[in-house]
Amino acid sequence: MDNIARMNCRYNDDKDFAGCSIFGMMNLQGKRFSSKDPVRAISNMHERGNGLGGGFAVYGIYPEHLDDYALHIMYLDREAKKKTDKLLKESFEVVQDEELPTKEANVRDPPQVWRYFVQPNAKKLSTKTADDYLLEQVMRINTETGKAFVFSSGKNMGVFKGVGFPEDVAEFFCLEEYEGYMWVCHGRFPTNTPGWWGGAHPFNILDWTVVHNGELSSYGINRRYLEMFGYKCTMQTDTEVLAYAFDLLMRRQKLPINIVAQIVAAPLWEEIDSLEPEKARVLKALRQTYGSLLMNGPFSVVVAHHGEMIGLTDRIKLRPLSAGTRGDFLYLSSEESAIRLVSPTLDRSWNPRGGEPVVGRLKATKVLEVLAK
Amino acid sequence: MRSYLTPEYMVHRDEERCIRCKVCVNQCTYETHYYDAEDDKIYSKDVNCTNCQRCVVFCPTNAITITKNPNAYKENDNWTQEAIIAVKKQAETGGVILTGMGCDKPNFTFWDRLVLNASQVTNPSIDPLREPMETRTYLGSKPDHLELENSEGDSVLLTELAPQLCLETPIMFSAISYGATSLNVHESLARAATEFGTYFNTGEGGLDPRLYKYGNHTIVQVASGRFGVHPKYLDVGAAIEIKIGQGAKPGIGGHLPGEKVTEDISRTRMIPVGTDALSPAPQHDIYSIEDLRQLIYALKEATNYSKPVSVKIAAVHNSAAIASGMVRAGADIIALDGVRGSTGAAPRVIRDNVGIPIEMAIASVDQRLRDEGIRNKASIVAAGGIRSSADIVKAIALGADAVYIATSALVAMGCTVCQKCYTGKCPWGITTTDPWIAKRINPNIASRRLVNLLNAWSLEIKEMMGGMGINAVESLRGNRLHLRAVGLTDTECRILGVKMAGD
Repeated sequence: MDNIARMNCRYNDDKDFAGCSIFGMMNLQGKRFSSKDPVRAISNMHERGNGLGGGFAVYGIYPEHLDDYALHIMYLDREAKKKTDKLLKESFEVVQDEELPTKEANVRDPPQVWRYFVQPNAKKLSTKTADDYLLEQVMRINTETGKAFVFSSGKNMGVFKGVGFPEDVAEFFCLEEYEGYMWVCHGRFPTNTPGWWGGAHPFNILDWTVVHNGELSSYGINRRYLEMFGYKCTMQTDTEVLAYAFDLLMRRQKLPINIVAQIVAAPLWEEIDSLEPEKARVLKALRQTYGSLLMNGPFSVVVAHHGEMIGLTDRIKLRPLSAGTRGDFLYLSSEESAIRLVSPTLDRSWNPRGGEPVVGRLKATKVLEVLAK
Repeated sequence: MRSYLTPEYMVHRDEERCIRCKVCVNQCTYETHYYDAEDDKIYSKDVNCTNCQRCVVFCPTNAITITKNPNAYKENDNWTQEAIIAVKKQAETGGVILTGMGCDKPNFTFWDRLVLNASQVTNPSIDPLREPMETRTYLGSKPDHLELENSEGDSVLLTELAPQLCLETPIMFSAISYGATSLNVHESLARAATEFGTYFNTGEGGLDPRLYKYGNHTIVQVASGRFGVHPKYLDVGAAIEIKIGQGAKPGIGGHLPGEKVTEDISRTRMIPVGTDALSPAPQHDIYSIEDLRQLIYALKEATNYSKPVSVKIAAVHNSAAIASGMVRAGADIIALDGVRGSTGAAPRVIRDNVGIPIEMAIASVDQRLRDEGIRNKASIVAAGGIRSSADIVKAIALGADAVYIATSALVAMGCTVCQKCYTGKCPWGITTTDPWIAKRINPNIASRRLVNLLNAWSLEIKEMMGGMGINAVESLRGNRLHLRAVGLTDTECRILGVKMAGD
């Protein structure tokens, strides 16, 4: 396995074929909480995974490094670390650099995992925004160093993932020691990517993370469309195209989530035709312009970035997603059972319809749902 | 000079079955059959027969069989029958050998070397009989992104989209000119396109005013001869197409013999009755890409930017670069016509030797426009060699937005691809303007046959899409992962952007 870009899909399949469990839990007031509930919930859906991938994204975990980018990097050999350290020194001011705390756990062939808190090198930044600069450097590390892989690169958040059941991955990374206001979790059932830690979810870039259950039949064109906008889809997973699609539409083109949902899970023409003319005009233009970003085929996904957690399924809901609220907490899950396990009583519990997003916003008094109508 | 050529086909008549009804005599426009009253028998002049099958279909007692003449020159894989006959014919006439329809040579078809995907286990296939399956397609320039404004919870669209064509199925009727065919054929195409929610292309001979009512489903063509082009004509169409080239005869213009220019056609084409309508090889105001830009914008100005402008080229060696230039010159639609594209009349040597297969052209143009980040600026319409719904699905997966069909449409109306369109005496009433023959096309029946074809192919497209787990055609477009190659070289796979089956 020499080429890290091919590790995720070592047989060069078209894409990654996987089934999964997803779980998201957010305190809408921003109060931080421990790993206990999220880990219990995701491990309750044990049967949806096969021990070949588990992971967590935790928001609000590094309050002492609010303004530093936290890079979590996995190394498959020493040489890769040397090369990466050199690259980091050139491109960043490294504020802190340490091995990620880990312990013995039932996980397979763990790589060396390292954590860096960095600031972009002001001289090299020139006209780019810090985010774009960081994105570029992450792509460089992932493609140039050979056996190093950045699996987390946001501020005040961190991704922890690996090969094992989610509960084992949590143990390995000592997640009981962390607190966050939003946890996004994933258990995986891959068919073609055994043993590659980078292939586990969440998928992350900057503070955006995606956990995903599904297999996009439209992957081929989603990918080619994103390539037109400079994205390099090196990992051959449909999760990657979902992440880039959200990055393009939400971060770069600044479209709101209700619009983005109507792009990736577009309403049917029949529905559009029946709407009042102005609404129909918007939806028609969205499909005409962004048809290549329609995510066709089964998916349910939790997309998160600071302050926002979004649950969404494909437009005909070929993968499950359940939602619930209790007090300040919003839960999203593949199965309602996992929510009920950690919160037996709920203020509200519902199954969102295909293509209709559920959005939890920090400090927002109510959870947004059914934005489309 | 005595001709050394022998009849291509032999007509056999089962005398026991023949009832001397003379249907064959009346139906054959080449005067192959004649009745001898003295013998009370019908005889045939084999040499006139084109094997169009008209008499065979209409004989009420199935008495007629047509076979290839078993007499043949000594077998030779190099000096084929066709090659020997061509030389003899030219030695006798001193002329160019004309033919009709598309290239009939093997080895130019890549559709048959591509196979499609279907969902198994890891994601579900979708059943179009029970669930929505969308084939609606919009052709025209799309922006890079949309600007929206949020006003009281509703999104207001700030970006104005360029004009678009809306196709309920990604199939249109390709250019077939008035003059090459009769009003009945045009009317059949226009009515079928209107009924099904798609478009028919006028070809280069203008549009008879009696068909203006179908204008919302008509693409009006502007070719090098400018026949029938006037402001009303431009206004009446839903889109305008500039014809630079045609797959059957890249580099040469359309030739309509004077015999076909009847009263009606002369009025529509704006030329005198009986004169040859010879389109110049190039558009004489387009010697370069910047000239194309001028014509595109002249047409857009003339129609107040209200409709998309398509530019049609024959697929040739540098199509990718040419198409990129066309998009930058302002074309909203790029129509590519491959080497197997059809025609009413073309020199056979041109038809069979000039141009490249449409599969390669779609793949390379789509990829080039993506590499340059302008794929959204224009739609791609593929033409030339579409024989089935599977060909269409493959064309779309390679990168086309929609396809043009012409031969398939004519076959639906009765054509048997006998390749004698250029004689103007088509016994099926299609490529003729002789009123006596042209009335064999009844627009009521022919448009029904066309709608049936569109319906059948659309259903099949939906079945194939559903099998792949796709329920909207935009997710198929350019999605080459749903294609695999069988029996192609690495280079062919690279150009098509597909992997080998099993890879």
